[in-house]
Amino acid sequence: MTVRGGVVVVVQVGIAVGCAPLLIGLLRTVRARLEGRAGPPVVQPWRDLRKLWAKERIVPEHTSWIFAFAPVVLVSSALVVAAIMPLVSTASPFDHVGDLFAIVSLFLVGTVFLALAGLDPGTAFGGMGASREMTVAALAEPTLLLAVFAIAGRAQSSNLGAIVTATLHAPRSVVSAQSLLALVALVIAALAECARLPVDNPSTHLELTMIHEAMVLEYAGPDLGLVELAAGMRLLLFGTLIVNLFMPWGIATRTALPAIAIGAIALVAKLAVLGVALAVFEVFTAKIRLFRVPELLAVSFVVAFLAVTAAAFLG
Amino acid sequence: MALGVSAGAALVGSAAGFVLPRRSRVVVASLTTTLVGVAAAVAALAVLGTGDPVVVRWRDVIPLAGVTIDLDPFGAWFVLVAGVVVVAVSVYAIGYCDRALAGRSVQGMFPLFAVTLVLVPAAGSVSTFLLLWELMAMTSLVLVAAEHRDREAVRSAAVWYGVMTQAGFVLVLFALCLAAASAGSESFAAIRAGAHGFSATRASIVFVLAIVGFGTKAGVVPFHVWLPRAHPEAPSHVSALMSSAMVSLGVYGVVLVGVDLLGGGPRWWGLVVLVLGGVSALFGILHALVARDLKVLLAYSTTENVGLIFVGVGTAMLLTAVHESALAGVALAAALLFVLNHAVFKGLLFLAAGSILRATGTRDLDRLGGLVRRLPVTAALFMVGGVAIMALPPFNGFVSEWALFQVLVRAGSHASPVLGLAMPVAVAVVALTAGLSAAVFVKAIGTGALALPRSSAAEHAVESPAPMLVGMGFLGAGCLALGLFPAMLSSGLTRAVGAAGDRAHALRPGVVELHLAGIHSVVSPVGIAVGLLVGAVVVVGAARAFGAARVRRRAENWGCGRVLQTARMEYTATSFAEPLQRVFDDVLHPVHDVDVTHAAESRWYVDTIRVQTRVVDGVDQRVYQPVVGCVRAWGERARWVQNGSVHRYLGYGFVALLVVLVIAR
Amino acid sequence: MSLFDKIRRVGRVAEAPVAPTAGMVPEAAKRLRGSVQIRAVDAGSCNGCELEISSAFGPHYDAERYGARLVASPRHADALFVTGPVTHNMATPLRKTFEATPAPKIVVAVGDCACDCGVFKGAYGVAGAVCDVVPVDVEIRGCPPEPEVIVAELRRLTGR
Repeated sequence: MTVRGGVVVVVQVGIAVGCAPLLIGLLRTVRARLEGRAGPPVVQPWRDLRKLWAKERIVPEHTSWIFAFAPVVLVSSALVVAAIMPLVSTASPFDHVGDLFAIVSLFLVGTVFLALAGLDPGTAFGGMGASREMTVAALAEPTLLLAVFAIAGRAQSSNLGAIVTATLHAPRSVVSAQSLLALVALVIAALAECARLPVDNPSTHLELTMIHEAMVLEYAGPDLGLVELAAGMRLLLFGTLIVNLFMPWGIATRTALPAIAIGAIALVAKLAVLGVALAVFEVFTAKIRLFRVPELLAVSFVVAFLAVTAAAFLG
Repeated sequence: MALGVSAGAALVGSAAGFVLPRRSRVVVASLTTTLVGVAAAVAALAVLGTGDPVVVRWRDVIPLAGVTIDLDPFGAWFVLVAGVVVVAVSVYAIGYCDRALAGRSVQGMFPLFAVTLVLVPAAGSVSTFLLLWELMAMTSLVLVAAEHRDREAVRSAAVWYGVMTQAGFVLVLFALCLAAASAGSESFAAIRAGAHGFSATRASIVFVLAIVGFGTKAGVVPFHVWLPRAHPEAPSHVSALMSSAMVSLGVYGVVLVGVDLLGGGPRWWGLVVLVLGGVSALFGILHALVARDLKVLLAYSTTENVGLIFVGVGTAMLLTAVHESALAGVALAAALLFVLNHAVFKGLLFLAAGSILRATGTRDLDRLGGLVRRLPVTAALFMVGGVAIMALPPFNGFVSEWALFQVLVRAGSHASPVLGLAMPVAVAVVALTAGLSAAVFVKAIGTGALALPRSSAAEHAVESPAPMLVGMGFLGAGCLALGLFPAMLSSGLTRAVGAAGDRAHALRPGVVELHLAGIHSVVSPVGIAVGLLVGAVVVVGAARAFGAARVRRRAENWGCGRVLQTARMEYTATSFAEPLQRVFDDVLHPVHDVDVTHAAESRWYVDTIRVQTRVVDGVDQRVYQPVVGCVRAWGERARWVQNGSVHRYLGYGFVALLVVLVIAR
Repeated sequence: MSLFDKIRRVGRVAEAPVAPTAGMVPEAAKRLRGSVQIRAVDAGSCNGCELEISSAFGPHYDAERYGARLVASPRHADALFVTGPVTHNMATPLRKTFEATPAPKIVVAVGDCACDCGVFKGAYGVAGAVCDVVPVDVEIRGCPPEPEVIVAELRRLTGR
């Protein structure tokens, strides 16, 4: 691994960690402006994290090591994904460590441990959150895997560097049937996995409508900070997956420093646009009933299946 | 020779099990079984390492046919699988077997069962194979029925298991004898040589009989109904052996007949295997989702995993049929790797379930809980097995699932329309089962091990003795080692696949990365594991460095301000799975029973309401129960034949004699 | 797209910022450094104060722009906004909520009832004022207190 390769990794992880709370802040501010409010400043989530870091750590009395371990697993799996995925450059030295399937599995590791941490305190809401989260995950995972493989068909490889490079060389392939179907399926699955509307409302206070929030009701202080950071990073990384697989312009293909800088700026700009689009979408969307969520995910599964079939026949 | 040591140790162990007094019986029988496993694994590794098959022929051991041992790398892979699991289970058995399980028949049969598991893949002729197969069936039947005096359900389970095993054996017998008769000789080498001379119909008949017969042993739908009956009632170490090593032998049989002996066939063979695999995978995981009994859940999960293995095998056969033999070799390699990984993590899960059963006396997930504090080592190893079976890094399930996916996707871009249609469906099925298995095992781990104990049995559980922990720990270490360094097995796996008929370098050798031949994707499991570790260290370090509080205050659960927290407030396994079960209502057809008892004075008042929901195995209820009912009805009707009168029996004999005389004239 | 038209027509409704209350800032608030998450606890109020609190976080007064936010669990919270006199049934849950909140924490008694039982003083269902059950750091008087007063106090706590 060269020094420049190390720079790429550091920049990628830095953007993933640094911009994740900013992305959440941007979502909240844009939403607030559309609702006629002034809204919190975009850096407010960083103030929240700074404060949480300094708060008292409370651990519920009947929990086991899983409760303290889960936030660490969540953040560290997100860090590994940030190192592997081509955020700013396709020439990441860790590109061969994991492919799309590995990335989906790493996200699943985080989901599984968070669900276990929801069950650990033995509260009814924690169990409810874990049950609902695993229902959503069980139906969103297949969609992700199918969409992944429809996309991988383009580049004959499921390693992300290869896919992005192939897309850069053949930009027209993005508008093919398999690509567009995979994009639709991926967007719906990403909304489900990141616990955004219409699957889950991240700012709800009614426990009976919660999915992700219900699992973290018992977390306090630095543990809560880690969980919130991991949620932000997950949203950022899924967003990057969508923008870099389908619109990779601006990404660096070498490890030269100017190229890395351009790649970083391009990524931040693209994520900002995606964030604004997501916020606008959330203003116009209501949360759907829990028992209608499987229908939505089934639709995305069928779309992803069509994408794989199209890839097999047309690709 | 190592296999000979294995067999000898088994005979000694069996004799010891029958003869020795109670206290030393278990230890001696188990230790000799460990030797059986170690010797078998050594033999297998030698063959896999060098690629030279071991052929031995003893004319005089059995009259007429003799015993032929022909251990090629393909069989050696399965011997290795069996050997590894036997070692772990036998060490575990030292601590696990007590009371009924330390009886003479159990301890005597256990080494014999283990040795048949390691010798079946080494059989080189039809008669040897069938002899060892039947011996395996008999010994396992005795072991399944071990606790029949304690529970009535064991007797019923043993009957089902015995009948289905024997039915499968009959089909396997027909298949192999037909093949031997067509080839003129009963040794596998002769059959292999003569197979291209078989007519298409004959080969297909052999194949179909083999699929059904071996599929029964492997536990694919619709022949799986013995699995969820026999596994919960058998002693846990026997369940572990059955679910890991014995179902692998079912897979071995299918690949042996379909790919090795018959040399591949038309495309519909591969399609049949693929369809059976896909249906088993989905059916198995859905029934595991609604299972309340931990061992029933694990049994259905075995059906699911065997389904996935069959998907890999079916893909390999399809690819061979369209003359894509390099990729077919990779597909078969993925399936074989899955067999090994499944044996290791499923064995671990069953052993952990046995440990839980021994400590709490119950298998019901709705009565467990809190075991992570009462049984810390068992719970941790159970979690290792659970994370492995969910195909999560850094354990071994991730590697084989990755390989299977890559092969299916690569095969999907083949020109042939059959593959173009079948592969997307296969990928969809595998993806769906991957998602569902995550939900199933979060349920099993979360409700079984975490939170508060839901019954006093769980509250007073005590950790298992050291031999059990060592046995489980061995398999747990195996899960981690196979997950971090799968490419270390690549040369052995390549030889195994090559011996089954396809010469291809399926896996490229390497320590850090995993490359499949002909596929451009690459993954580095040890890289991911190191990344996770470094990430965890960075997170914890940053927490300490940037002033996060070190001291944690232990406080009551928040739980929305309620006054009291009891175990009744926790989610049970049934409630955890309910939303997902609702999604699949049309497939599972749960039966809802509502019983309302009205008060004596007036129908407007209700005394009690009883609500019961259960999910029954559809295949069991709609296929097997009618058949069993039919057979029973005919049996009842035929009773009049045996009315006990000696005169009538003499009359039967007289008539039969007359008939024989007439025919023989 | 009637919602889109409405957003365009209505524009921004948030009013000009209210000046923060003068006075000493509680020590706990200083350590929070501009981010205060609030859990509202109804210990027995008539819901008048709840309406004013939700108005304070609504579009016109928009307390979120000063770094405050309402959260669902006291474990996520820094400040507890307690309303109403503490009834007998809510005394234990209020205490549990207070214990569940991680330090540094602030308890704000919102409304006359929370400060000294207001019009319900001596009623049979009332156990006492909030300060009788948990230590109170800030009092907001009024029946109900206006949203501007609530926002002004919040600005003092967040320092923004």
